[in-house]
Amino acid sequence: MKRICFYFQVHQPFRLKNYRYFDIGNHHEYFDEKKNRMIMEKVAEKSYIPANKILLNLIQKFGNRFKVSFSISGTALDQFELYTPETLKSFQELAATGQVEFLSETYAHSLSSIRNPEEFKKQVKDHSNKIEILFNQKPKVFRNTELIYSDQIGNLVSSMGYKTILAEGADHVLTWKSPNYLYQSEKNPELKILLKNYRLSDDIAFRFSQFGPLGVEKFTQWIDAIPKEEEIINLFMDYETFGEHQWKETGIFDFLKAFPAHILEKTEYTFVTPGEAANELKAIASISMPKPVSWADEERNLSAWLGNGIQDDAFESIYRLEKKINRCSDDELIKDWRYLQTSDHFYYMCTKHFADGDVHKYFNPYDSPYEAFINFMNVLSDFEERLENKLMQKKNNPIFLRRKIKSILEKNEIKLQALQ
Amino acid sequence: MRVLMFGWEFPPHISGGLGTACYGITKALAEQEIHILFVVPKLFGDEKKGNVSFIDANQTAINLSYPESQKILKHLNYIQVDSGIVPYTSPWNEEILTEKNILHTKNETKKMLHFYFSGEYGKNLIKEVAQYALVAAEIVKKKSFDIIHAHDWLTYPAGIVAKEMSGKPLIVHVHATEYDRSGENPNKTVYEIEKKGMQAADTIIAVSEFTKKIIINKYGIPASKISVVHNGIIEAKNKFITKKITPYRKKTVSFIGRITYQKGPDYFIETARMVLRKFPNTHFVMAGSGDMLLPMIHRIAELKLSSRFHFTGFLQAEEIEKLYALSDIYVMPSVSEPFGITPLEAMQSGIPVIISKQSGVSEVLKNVFKINFWDIHAMADTICNLLKHESLSDALIHSGMKEIRNIKWEDSARKIKKIYKSHLQVIH
Repeated sequence: MKRICFYFQVHQPFRLKNYRYFDIGNHHEYFDEKKNRMIMEKVAEKSYIPANKILLNLIQKFGNRFKVSFSISGTALDQFELYTPETLKSFQELAATGQVEFLSETYAHSLSSIRNPEEFKKQVKDHSNKIEILFNQKPKVFRNTELIYSDQIGNLVSSMGYKTILAEGADHVLTWKSPNYLYQSEKNPELKILLKNYRLSDDIAFRFSQFGPLGVEKFTQWIDAIPKEEEIINLFMDYETFGEHQWKETGIFDFLKAFPAHILEKTEYTFVTPGEAANELKAIASISMPKPVSWADEERNLSAWLGNGIQDDAFESIYRLEKKINRCSDDELIKDWRYLQTSDHFYYMCTKHFADGDVHKYFNPYDSPYEAFINFMNVLSDFEERLENKLMQKKNNPIFLRRKIKSILEKNEIKLQALQ
Repeated sequence: MRVLMFGWEFPPHISGGLGTACYGITKALAEQEIHILFVVPKLFGDEKKGNVSFIDANQTAINLSYPESQKILKHLNYIQVDSGIVPYTSPWNEEILTEKNILHTKNETKKMLHFYFSGEYGKNLIKEVAQYALVAAEIVKKKSFDIIHAHDWLTYPAGIVAKEMSGKPLIVHVHATEYDRSGENPNKTVYEIEKKGMQAADTIIAVSEFTKKIIINKYGIPASKISVVHNGIIEAKNKFITKKITPYRKKTVSFIGRITYQKGPDYFIETARMVLRKFPNTHFVMAGSGDMLLPMIHRIAELKLSSRFHFTGFLQAEEIEKLYALSDIYVMPSVSEPFGITPLEAMQSGIPVIISKQSGVSEVLKNVFKINFWDIHAMADTICNLLKHESLSDALIHSGMKEIRNIKWEDSARKIKKIYKSHLQVIH
């Protein structure tokens, strides 16, 4: 009997202020507090809070028959705490029902998995701790930023103890296979993979209003049309689908209310969380993704964030600071470094369809990818200066110096003794 | 289809963008099988030809009877010209013969007249504009054509006269307005000529939405009468972009245009000042001349930046090519630019470009930096980043050269041809 697995991404970046070259060295306020607050309040009001209410009602009505999963990025959690604590409470209420699973991801919603594995591990650990503190749940299932997965990333995640991961059911990976089964990693059979059914997911997330809008019966028929032997329908999408990408007027909230009820009352299908799915199902086959696959754009690869000259330059510039950051123990600096790693910054620098002004442009606060690059690099330059100064201070710090001198003296003492 | 086109300058004898645009338009229209009779005040003989028939106003003999000429001159009474000169007296007056400023020959027996045109923008400009209108009257008698197309205010009186006398539709092509040139202090005579031209026209072609708005707001013309046809650029064949080598070579930021209010040279200088604080080894070139040249030189000396600034004066085409070849960044901080062809040329030459939002060309380009002309902080920010990050300039060079291949005169010509056709339909 088919299982339906809902996973919702909740993410907001810390957007940058307009930061000029001549601000470098003058002030260090990188993030646009006013704008970030305004956006968070708006999205919470239009999307998160009403959608949470609907889910809570469904859980109250259907008990343990209805369940969903979320992954909330660290930057979103931080912004909840700063700007809309009511939203955090709303998610905590859902957590308290016991019917909601929270997934693990990088704290900063970053691309560290493909560049700095050590940093990646640190971010995942910090995120996991935060989830535990806020929602009383230790995440067991992992999902990487923008569902980016490759065999290498699978190994990395597996080495941290995770047994289940989400990924995109991209055509070029699946070829003739169906995403509606549990898979395991070819290189690492212990790691189970849940693949997004992108057709059905995007029918809700992107094409909802095109169907006039999408009706519950129609959508259920599409699920019915899937062969009986297929075991799980993974509906993975951005939580902002409900109220932001698809406005309330489209009827998206009515759909969210009616669909689970219809499934549970009129069909034999059940709802599962990713964790339950991995336990109940057996992997039908192995799957290998030698190159990273994501849920972004037509290409389903990394080209939304990396690949053009300026993206790569920016990406390299921030990650090459890792060694220096590790020598630094300043919390502010580490926090800023994390916030600058958020994938959105690189997304804004994408030139892929710049001429066509497509999806990327809608969410882009900059007039052009070049301006996004300039703004980011100005901030990064100032950040680098601060980091250098901090390390300099450390070097010149008397306690540190005393220690260093002591160790030099000791070394030379030994040499002298040897000569005598 | 035959088009009687009135211009004022034509490459290589140009002093601004008008001639270049006329060349692009005529070349592309000729390729669309439109026969053009192009009238210029003075034909020098070395014009870039192509499929265009030139008419030299200098060589055109005027055979107008006195009543005819008076009728025309009455129409032109909005042109304020200095006293005692041609438009207000009989062309056969003795006084004119002795007038020092105007030379013409008089053939007594046939009572024909030639006017002298310098082909430039000298102090007799208004007089030449009026004379040009009389030449138009003569041409109309001898040539057959379907449409009249007049480029910029200098030719509007000629266009109006041609329309009056032939009854053919008049298209007036606005490449620039007095508002672009002089801001809120337009020259009254020129403004009147522009306005009359726009009112008499059957359709106005504006080179940008930016210019269209000015025509609506400052000249009171209804929007329905104005069509926007953006300029293009001629595809550069055999252009070798040599990668600028040597790490020791200083970076060069260029400004190409008249050193006058409209082009924002003062903003360029203030921007340069900011950039030099962070990148003291950058060099700035200003290629052009104009009424603000001396004040700018003084300002730079005041700021003690003379060692980093280079003034080349007005450059011919080949020299401008050389300048592009050694520029690293091109800036056009125009206060009011109806279109702006130089950024297109810079992009073709593989240079990252910064242009003012107050320009027509910003409507057609994507892979450039667009800033408000007064925002020297943004300009300096952009230049500093281009100097610092090679990946950024590479990205712009690459995408700019790709984009420019799609900005062709063929598209402009197609739109113009459509406008021509719409008027021919009305007649038939």
